[in-house]
Order: sequence, then structure tokens, then C-alpha cells
Amino acid sequence: MDVALAVVAAVAVTGGLAAVPWWRGRRELGSPADRATFQTLHTASLAAPPLRAGLTEQGAQKAARHLRELLGSAALAITDGERLLAWDGSGDHHAEGALAHAAGPMDSGRTEVLGPDTVACAYLDCPVKHAVVVPLTTDDRVVGTLAAYGDDVSAGLIRAAEEVGHWVDAQLQLAELDRSRTLLMEAEVRALRAQISPHFIYNSLTTIASFVRTDPERARELLLEFADFTRYSFRRHGDFTTLSEELHSIDRYLLLQRARFGDDRLRVTLRIAPEVLPVAVPFLCLQPLVENAVRHGLQDRTGPGQITIIAEDAGADAVISVEDDGIGMDPERLRHILAGEYRGAEPDGEGSPEAAGIGLGNVDGRLRQVYGDEYGLQVETATGAGTKVTLRVPKYRPGVTASGV
Amino acid sequence: MSTAYGLAAVSLVVAATVLVGTFGLRISRTTSDFYVASRTVSPLRNASAIGGEYLSAASFLGVAGLILAYGADMLWLPVGWTGGYLVLLVLISAPLRRSGAYTLPDFAEARLESMAVRRVTSVLVVLIGWLYLMPQLQSAGLVLRTAAGTPFWVGAVLVAVVVTINVLSGGMRSITMVQAFQYWLKLTALAVPVLFLLIAWRQDGSPGLGQDTPPAFAERTTVSVGADVEVRVDRPVPVVVHGRMDGAQHAGPVTLAAGEHRIARDTEITFPAGATVPHVSALPVRTDSEWAQPLAGREYPLYATYSLIMATFLGTMGLPHVLVRFYTNPDGRAARRTTVLVLTLLGAFYLLPALYGALGRIYTPELLMTGRTDAVVLTLPDRLVGGTLGDLLSALLTAGAVAAFLSTSSGLTVSVAGVIGQDILHGGVRSFRAATLLALFVPLGLALAARALAVADVVGLAFALAASTFCPLLVLGIWWRRLTVAGALAGLVVGGGLAGTAVVCTILGGPPGGLAGALLAQPAAWTVPAAFAVMIGVSLLTPRSTPAGVARTMVRLHTPETLQVNRGTWRPKQV
Repeated sequence: MDVALAVVAAVAVTGGLAAVPWWRGRRELGSPADRATFQTLHTASLAAPPLRAGLTEQGAQKAARHLRELLGSAALAITDGERLLAWDGSGDHHAEGALAHAAGPMDSGRTEVLGPDTVACAYLDCPVKHAVVVPLTTDDRVVGTLAAYGDDVSAGLIRAAEEVGHWVDAQLQLAELDRSRTLLMEAEVRALRAQISPHFIYNSLTTIASFVRTDPERARELLLEFADFTRYSFRRHGDFTTLSEELHSIDRYLLLQRARFGDDRLRVTLRIAPEVLPVAVPFLCLQPLVENAVRHGLQDRTGPGQITIIAEDAGADAVISVEDDGIGMDPERLRHILAGEYRGAEPDGEGSPEAAGIGLGNVDGRLRQVYGDEYGLQVETATGAGTKVTLRVPKYRPGVTASGV
Repeated sequence: MSTAYGLAAVSLVVAATVLVGTFGLRISRTTSDFYVASRTVSPLRNASAIGGEYLSAASFLGVAGLILAYGADMLWLPVGWTGGYLVLLVLISAPLRRSGAYTLPDFAEARLESMAVRRVTSVLVVLIGWLYLMPQLQSAGLVLRTAAGTPFWVGAVLVAVVVTINVLSGGMRSITMVQAFQYWLKLTALAVPVLFLLIAWRQDGSPGLGQDTPPAFAERTTVSVGADVEVRVDRPVPVVVHGRMDGAQHAGPVTLAAGEHRIARDTEITFPAGATVPHVSALPVRTDSEWAQPLAGREYPLYATYSLIMATFLGTMGLPHVLVRFYTNPDGRAARRTTVLVLTLLGAFYLLPALYGALGRIYTPELLMTGRTDAVVLTLPDRLVGGTLGDLLSALLTAGAVAAFLSTSSGLTVSVAGVIGQDILHGGVRSFRAATLLALFVPLGLALAARALAVADVVGLAFALAASTFCPLLVLGIWWRRLTVAGALAGLVVGGGLAGTAVVCTILGGPPGGLAGALLAQPAAWTVPAAFAVMIGVSLLTPRSTPAGVARTMVRLHTPETLQVNRGTWRPKQV
């Protein structure tokens, strides 16, 4: 009982505290004219969000109520020239006529005032007798109309309707902008989709060729692996794959690299938690990291290089790291590359550190695009001290699903 | 039971858990072979892991205790807790896996594309998790008191601390191997002693439970009462009392008059052979043949039984720590296979508590007087087998019980902490730590503050709450495309509100008598239909708030992974 009382008291006190600023805010609103302005601005701000998705039925219906309040007209209709998107206010039986009223402004792009001869109906008490129809334009193209209906059309209403029309135009422009921004992001992700390096293809093929006479069986196996590798890497559909698919592809890649450098020069240790194998990851997101590790692990040394790939379960995330014990990278330079500031010449071969950095930058960019900035790559490196690249992938993100091979 | 063996068993399991938790990563396989490294978790291992996490103290201890007290009706608990997976198999498992969701809030967001639904779901996950954790901690207190004679709070605090260490060190998170091992440990810990108990029972001449009399003491028995109890005596009986009874100190023979008696804690009463066992006032007195009949257990047995069936069959799908395990399956097909295996494994396990309950009715009827029926599993070996073997078997059972609430509490804490950290405190490693403490110490406080209820009853309430909220959300979300955001929200709030009120009433005040009491103690039969009705009704009234991508989502949920169809792809968030 006491607990219940305490809870009620706490809720009451919190509610009271929350109400204080609201009450104070109400008292300091200023003159009636000010208040009218605030009211108008507030109504406009309510109408803005639904319109930010463009001229859709749902958005138009939500916005229409507020727009009619702005205009103070008896009814308001929004069309896209082909369909009636929203009708708000009295005189619902006029709704089907709205499209016909919109035809003129759709063609001419100019405001039209329609009289009772085209608008009015048989009901005497129906307030819908006159109409002001304004076109809605984006990029000089008429995309729809906004019609205000009323008993009478004053010059004020015409002016107001035109102004509201312009305001809606601005919102639609913004919507268009949003849309192009989204398209741009999508295009960016597509463009960032990792490409396998032409050098790798060339080197693999020459390696396989060297086995054709000495060890035809092995050459055949390598060729099949190569075929599988390219089929996976060149596939067109889907931006995501599972971690286990990605590991299979890395296996083939390393098999080909081992054939090229000699079996004992590349040692790989894997520690994969089986729980994270089904996690969806961006397509070819590990490949560049492993490529980078191979490059650094083997550069400037004659002994074997060691690569460690670890995938762990971390609650709602999976953490994957690729580590080599090679020459490392200069952190400052790496930072430039990851920040996209590196604009050097075209990387001149598989061995160049720039090529490596670009691979990492690519993965980093895609991870940030999809999962947000807190999911970027984490690189621990210093010259001569090896490199460890860690990436975190959330187990679930809306829209992210792995597509099959 | 000898304290030394009990303590040894508890410390062994606790030490093993902490060690595996801290060094857990060492045992994950390290290899240079990609084929080995990319082998996914097999359905059997996954099913064992689900069983390991799912079989809580309620299953290990509680079911046997309730069967001892209430009889055949309580068999519906193990049946329902297994049968829930049948519903899960048929309606949920594969589509849920295909949705790609890791937690329940993830599913809500994927299906309804609404952050509001996600938040409500998160809050419900946390509440259900707390409600489920509370009895785990309470039974930890009980086990330690039975095994080592410590005060009630020691066990609860011990488990809370061990689980915190484990979860924070990150070891126990979801190592399938460890969880799978837990299932087999629990099965062994329950199955091996039962063999010895059955042999002892045969040698005793296989006494049955067919008499038309209430349970009686077979021989001269001394009962020591662990907590203050109020008992009801039917016929006057001469006893020897050491301690306080009815407010007076006794140290010698007394005749217990018929009627209510209050017995203080640590009092010892010795009953003559053949005396009828006095029952705690909260438990009904049933003759053995009544006990063996269905629909004779509690008041309004028909309603209570159906409500229990509804809660357990439909509530299983809403348990947060079970659902995250399904993510480990590589695809929907594997999720279904796993569920079938879970059904088998649980079916095998749940045969055993019924045996303990029945044997307990014969050999440890004094538990009906002390009210501690949950302790029946731990008390039986000592009573029936005795000697060193009895002590060893008790130790094994204690170890199994400790493993039961450690694994379930860890799983629940990780799930609840994940949801608190991600959806309420907004991400980050530090917030996961804070969330872990929050996830564990709130139910610890509740466990210490709340009055003692039967473990399985509180778990039953958690199931009822899950059935009234997540069952409609999952079933309608997966199988009905007209579900809307408003409908889902309304259904969750109504179902959660009704069931939550019933839970709070039952736990805080104890249910009132009569029909209202039955309705509050087993709310599922009216809250689940109410939640479904509201969700469907409001959805039909608000057809406009259907999520935009529902067609795409449905394709994703219901098409096997091997089919090449357009499942949609990631798109940048509309700014």
C-alpha cells in the first residue's frame, strides 16, 4: 500500500514539475498579434512534416487539415493532377469534382478562381460555392494542385491560397532534395561495393598456368577455386551476405594466394564463434581486410607471415578482427587515407600501401553508411608492429538481410 | 542432508561457472581449417543449449513441489512448458529466424517499422525478464538453505553476484557449448537419483497413492520448521514440541488440538507414526486418491487448468532468453529442426519431476506442513536412500539446481541487459554494464522483499504476461498482414496492463478467494483473448497505419531462403 502511495506521489510531483515551464511559457506570449503569428507558424510547422515525403496520399491527408486551418476556408482539396489525394472540410460530395477543378491550373500552371457555375451544387446550405485553385510546382513542373473552397472568394483568400501554395512548393522541393540525397547515398554504397583487384586475377591466372604442366591436378583444383571465387565476387544482386559465406570466399582467396607464394609462407589461424556465422555483413567486407593483411604480412620479409581472423559474439553485435604480424602502417598516413583525403596517383600494383588503404577506406565508408558512424573500422597499427583491423556489425539492422549466392 | 556435501556441490558448480565464464573464450575452437571454422551450430547442440537455458529452477524444483501439493492438475505445467514449443514450431520459429531479428524489439521494428512499438516491446521484455528472474533468485535462497542451512538471502545474493561477474566478464554470453552442457548436466542430475529412488521404492514394497486418506507420517517423524508457518490440524494428535508454538514456549509432549496453530521458526515437532500430516493453511487437504484425480487441485479447477494451458502454450514464444537463441540457427529450416529437438529434449526431462512429486507425496509429506514443497527434490534422497549414497545424490541434485538457476539467470540477464542497454540507455559497453546491474539487482530486491510464493507459480505469471503481450504480437505479426502500428500498440498495452495488474495483485497481496482470486492467479484465459481482440479490432479500425513495407516483410518472413526472390535490400533511412 505504502509503495503504491509513494509511486502515486512521485508521479504527481514529476507531473507538477513538468507543468511549471509550460504554465510559465503560456503567460509570456506577448500581444494578440504576436500570438496570431505564433499560431500561424505553429500550424505551418505541423503541416510541414507530412509533406516532406512528397505528394503522397497519406502525407496530403495529414497536411490538409492544418493547411485548411491556415487558410480558414470551408474545404480544401489536394490533387496530383490524376487523383484526389486529400479532401478536408465540409461538403464531401464535392470531392469527386475536385479533379475536374484542378484540370485548368494543371495545364496552365496559373491560379484559377472558379465560380458557382462550376462548383456549386443543389444544396442551398452547402458552403462550397467558389474555389481558388493554385498549382503546386517543383522544378518548374506542375505536380499537383491545391484548392480552397468557400462561400465567397475574397482577394485575401486568393492571396492566402497562393502564399500557402508557394509554401507547399518549398516543402515539396525539400522532399525532392531528401529523395535525391537518399538516392545519392544508395548510389554511393553501390559504388563503394568492393572490387577485386585486377592484379589478383592476373597473378592467380599466371600461378595456375605455372602448375598446368608440373601438377595438372592441382591446376585444375585451383582453377575451380578461382571460378568459385569470381562467381561470388562478381555477383550482382544483394548488398549483404552472411559471415560464413564471406569466410568461404576468403578461404578460396587464401588458397590462391598460398599457391602463389608457397604453402608455408602464409599461416592462418581462425577463431570463429559459431554463433555469429549467420550474421549478415556487407558483401565483401572482410575480403579487403584479408587482402591488406596478406600484403603487409608478406611484404619485405622472407619468413612466414601469420594472419589471425577472429569473430566473436558480443551481445547484440558481432566483432570481427583480422590481424597480421607484418610491417604495419604509418598511422598518420592511414588516417588520411581513411578520411578520404588521399588523392595520390592510381595505385601502382598489388603491393602498394595506398592500394591497401583504399581497400580499408572502402570498407570503412560502407560500414558507416549502413550502420552509422559508431560502426566504423578500428585499426591498430604502427610501423613495424603489425596491423589489427576490427569491425563491429550489429546482428540486426532494419532492412539488412543476407541474400543467398 | 550433510552440509559438507551440499556446500561442496554448490561451490563446485559456482566455481565451474565462474571459471568457464572468465576463461570461456579459450574453449572456443581455434583452427586453421576454414571448413571447421565455418561449421554452424548443429540443431541438436542448439536445442540442448535452448533446453539448458530454458530449464529453470521452476522446472527443476518447482514442478515436483506443486505436484506434491496439488496433484495431477499440475502435470499441465510440464506439459505446457513443452507444448509451448509446439506452438513455437508451427507458427513462429522459421518466420522469426527469417526476419533476421535478434531480439523481440528487433522483430517488432522489422515487422511494424515503428519505434514506438519497439519501445513498448523493450519495456515488456524487461518486465517479463524481471518477473522470471525473481523466482530464480528466490529458489537459490531456498536451495542454499536446504543444502547448507544459510539464511534465505545468502543464496539469492550469491547467485546475483556470480551471474553479474559472469555476464560482465562476457564469457557466458552465448557460448552454445556451455549452455548445451547445462542441459545434459540438469538431465543427469535429475535422472540418476531417480533411478536410485525408484529402486529404494521397490524395495520398500512399492507403496501406492490410492488410499482415501490424507497423507500421514509413516513412522515417528521429527519436523523442523524453517520459517513461521500457520498449520491446520484436523484431529487432535499427541506430539513432542521443542520451540515456540501458538505464542508459548514448549519443551515436551503436547496434544495438538484440532484447528489452526502458529508455529515459530526453528521449532521441532515430533509426530507419532500414523498421524495425519497437518497442512499449511494455504494448501488444500486432499486424500491421496483425490490427489491423483484431475480437476481436484485448486478452486475453480477447470478454469485454472485451461488458463494454465493457455499461458504456457502461448507464453513460451515470448520469453526473451529463448528467442535470441534462435538467431544462432543458419536458416528457418534449421530453426524448425532445432524446435523439434527441443520438444524431444524437454519431453524427456519433464518426465522426471512428476516422479519426484509422487515419491515426495509418499515419503516427505511433512513438506506440506512446512510449506516448503519446492524442496521435495532435494529432500527425497536423504529420506529414501540415506547414508553416504543419499548425501551424494542430494549433492548431485543440489548441483543440478544451482546449475539450473545459474544458467537461466545468466541467459535472462544477458537478454534483459541487452535490451536495457540498447533501447533504454542507448548503446555502448559502459551502458551494458549499468544495464547488467539494473537487470539483476531489481529482481534481487523484489526477491528479498516479496513474500514467498511457489517458484513455479511466479514463473507461471511471467508466462501469462508473455502470452498476453508477445503472443498476439508475434502470431498476428507473422500471419496477418493487416496488423497496424496502432493495433499492435493498443494490444500490447491492454494485454500487458491487464496481465500486469493481475501479476501485481497476486504477488503483492495474494489473490482474494473465490472466482476473482482464480481469475487473478491464472489471468491468461481472459487476458490473452482480450489482447488478441484489441489488437485485431484496433488494426481493423486503423487500416491507414499499416506499415509501408508489409508486403516485402511478409515475403521475407515466409519464403524459404533457398528460393530466389526479391526480399528487398537495405535503403538509407529517409532523412
